[in-house]
This record gives sequence, structure tokens and C-alpha cells, in this order.
Amino acid sequence: MASPILRIENVSKRYGKKDVLKGASLTVHKGDLKILIGPSGAGKSTLLQCINFLVKPDEGRIWLEDQEVHYAHKRNLYAYRQKVGMIFQDFNLFDHLNALENVRIGMVKVKGMAKAEAGERAVMELERVGLKDHMQKYPAQLSGGQKQRVSIARALAMDPKVMLLDEPTSALDPELIGEVHAVIRDLGNNGMTMIMATHQIGFASSLASEIIFMEDGQILERGTPEKIFFQAENARTKEFCSKITELYGETR
Amino acid sequence: MEEWLYIQTEVYPALLKGFWVSLQLIVPSAFCGLVIGIMVGVLRVYGSRAVMAVADTYVALFRGIPLVVQLFIWYFGLPYIKIYLSPFVAAVLGFSLCSGAYHSEYVRGALLSIKRGQMLAAQSLGFNKVRMIFSIILPQAIRRALPGCGNEIIYLIKYSSLAYMITCIELTGQGKILASNSFKYTEIFLIIGACYLVMTSVASVILGHLEDRLLLPGFEHHRI
Repeated sequence: MASPILRIENVSKRYGKKDVLKGASLTVHKGDLKILIGPSGAGKSTLLQCINFLVKPDEGRIWLEDQEVHYAHKRNLYAYRQKVGMIFQDFNLFDHLNALENVRIGMVKVKGMAKAEAGERAVMELERVGLKDHMQKYPAQLSGGQKQRVSIARALAMDPKVMLLDEPTSALDPELIGEVHAVIRDLGNNGMTMIMATHQIGFASSLASEIIFMEDGQILERGTPEKIFFQAENARTKEFCSKITELYGETR
Repeated sequence: MEEWLYIQTEVYPALLKGFWVSLQLIVPSAFCGLVIGIMVGVLRVYGSRAVMAVADTYVALFRGIPLVVQLFIWYFGLPYIKIYLSPFVAAVLGFSLCSGAYHSEYVRGALLSIKRGQMLAAQSLGFNKVRMIFSIILPQAIRRALPGCGNEIIYLIKYSSLAYMITCIELTGQGKILASNSFKYTEIFLIIGACYLVMTSVASVILGHLEDRLLLPGFEHHRI
């Protein structure tokens, strides 16, 4: 088997006396789509934010393509983050920039690309997420689904090796979830490596290469969607999956 | 008729001269004050602990000591350590530093109001701290600080009248000289008051236009 694209070993995080993440490990190969599920407070977000060091883990090591990431070394960290795209629950588009500028600014300010070249690429990425006609609009003029698609385009423009998606559709109206799912599905089909936290298990099970169930800062169980949703070994996994299936519909 | 002649031949030329001096004091002081305020505001939010302490001390001093005293120190105090400033330079220096301290507080408040998500997004794209502050945070924060900073600029226009205390004869200084010669205090200071009112009104119109120009589409609904 080829060497993993991303390897996370024993990542832990404490806030005061509370252990939010207790030694999570994860191996991700190219093209994988790992789905993190679990109740709120399970540590899914913290794990994702630890992976690109938006939250500094107290312990643990991370390798991208066999290169260990030394986050204390600033240049190493900034270079690594460019290769790891992050999608947030509440989009976090830059409010003072229109859609095109949002997608372009990373390429110009971080990668040092010329504005014109970066602009062309930005238009291409916006076209890919179906927003070419909206590129002059500011975040406040876009719907939630459109904002999330812009944020995906913004991440893609940096040519990431891995994408981290932190409940990308949790803040959206049910009607708008579909358009974002379509974009993510498209990414998966094109071979993008992704780790996504979500409660949309119907969507997750149709796409995931592995489902990871987390609770209380730990990974309790992992396996194929079939295994986790229909033959879970852990009682808590079973209980959670049956509840969430009731809420969000069938897994298939 | 005699009054009119007095105004035409003495008051008008003197006040016009003073008016120009006032403008020459206000414009650079407003500009330098704003630049100082932005820098200090940024340092007070994002600086290291030591830098923050220095910046906080600066603000405490320049916001806490009466401006007249500051001007006296620049003009009458610095010569003790062999630094001689002209009245004009001492005034601009005093105004800029005092104004900067106030601006920094508006800028600091605006910086703190920017949601953390904006920073997370910038960091996740690989922005370093300086680029994040200048490309992402400040452009948004300045828009929020503008009403407060405009307030400070209006205030600066009025406290520029203190320059005459260190013999930089601007509008108020000219008025004082005219009035003590003619004893027409009421008339002359009414005219001077009107001059300041014109300056502050023009400034607030300019600031209003600036706010409109920087208004982000989609945020208009904040104005009812």
C-alpha cells in the first residue's frame, strides 16, 4: 500500500482540566474520505483544528506526505497550512471582499501569485462550484449555500492535498444543503482527500471510505459505513447511529 | 460703517492668516495621529506582552495628561535637554501624539470586534500574522473605527486652538490679539466660533462621504 498522505499520531488537547481530545490517531491515504461522527463536545472540531494547528495540540505528531510538521517553526507551519484546506461551519468568508477577491487573496498574499493570474484561477474555481455569475457579490449578498461554496473555492485555489471540513452544512437551511453536498461529492469523485465532521449520515455513508465515531475526546470505533451503521460493535456507536438516523433520515 | 471697515481691514486679514496656520496644524496632525493610532492600536491587540505594556503606557500618559501641559513640555521642557522645536513643530508633535492615543483606543475596540473566524480562515490559508492583520483584519476594523476616529478628528480641529499657548499664532491666537487690542471680544470670538464650526462641518461631511465609500454591499441595512 502506498504511504499515507496524512498521518496523525496520538493528538491530545486539554483546556484547563478538561481533556477535549485524548490521543486521537488517524491515517489518511490519497483519495480517502474519512467522516467524523459523534455528539457535540466529542472533539470532532478540536481534532480537525488540531490537524492544521488552528488549535495547538498539547501532544501528538502529524506527518504530511512523510514530512513531519513542526508547527513551532513558523515558516514550516504556514507552508503546511497552504496544503491543508479548511472549511468551517460558519463559512468565515472575508466580509470586506467580494467572492472573487475572497478566492484570490490567498493566492496573491500567501503564494505571491500575480493578481491577474490569481484572478483567472479564482474565476475557474468559482465556475467549478457554480458561482461564476455571483463573483462580484459580497458575502452579505450571498446565501448560506453560496457562501459555503465560495469558501470551498477559496480553499481549492490553494491546491490543497487534504481538505478538512468541519460540519460544512450544519449552519445551512435544509434546502441549501444539497448544493454544498453536490460540490463535496464532486470533489470526492475527483479524488480529493478529505476529513469531514458531519451529522448528515445519509450523505456520509454514500461517500465515506471510513466512518469514525468519536465521543468524549476519543475515537471509539471506526470502520466502513456498513459496519458502523449496521453492525457496530460498541453500544454507544449503535445508540448514536440509531438516534441520528431517526433525525436525519435513512442512511441509504 | 466704522465697524465694517475695522472688520475688513484688520479682522479679516488677521483671521485669514490664522485660519491658514490652523489648517496647516490640523491636516498633518490628523494624518500623523491616525497613523500613530492605527499602529499603536494594532500593537495593543497583537503585540507581544512587552510591546503591549509600552503601548499601554503611551496611551495612559498621552490620554491622561492635559494637552496644554503636553504642549508646554514639548515647547518649554525639551530645551532643557537641548532639543529646540519651533512652536509649529511642537504643536504638531503634541497634537499627533495626543490624537494617536485616542485613535488607538477606537482602533483597538474595532480590532477586538472582528470575529475570530476571520482570523481562523486567514490562518488556515497560510497567512502569517502580519499579512493577516494588514490584509484581512485592519481593512474591516478601520471601517468600524471610522465613526470614532472621525470624532477624534473633529475634536482635534477644536483643540488645535491650544497652539497659541506655545506662541504658534493660529486662528484663536489671532483672535486673542485682535480682541485685546480692540476689546471687541464678543464679536471677534463669535466670528472665530463660526470659523471652527465651518471647519468641523466640512470635516464631518468629508468623513461621512468616506464612510459611504467604504460601506460594504450588504451592510446598508444597518442604516434605517
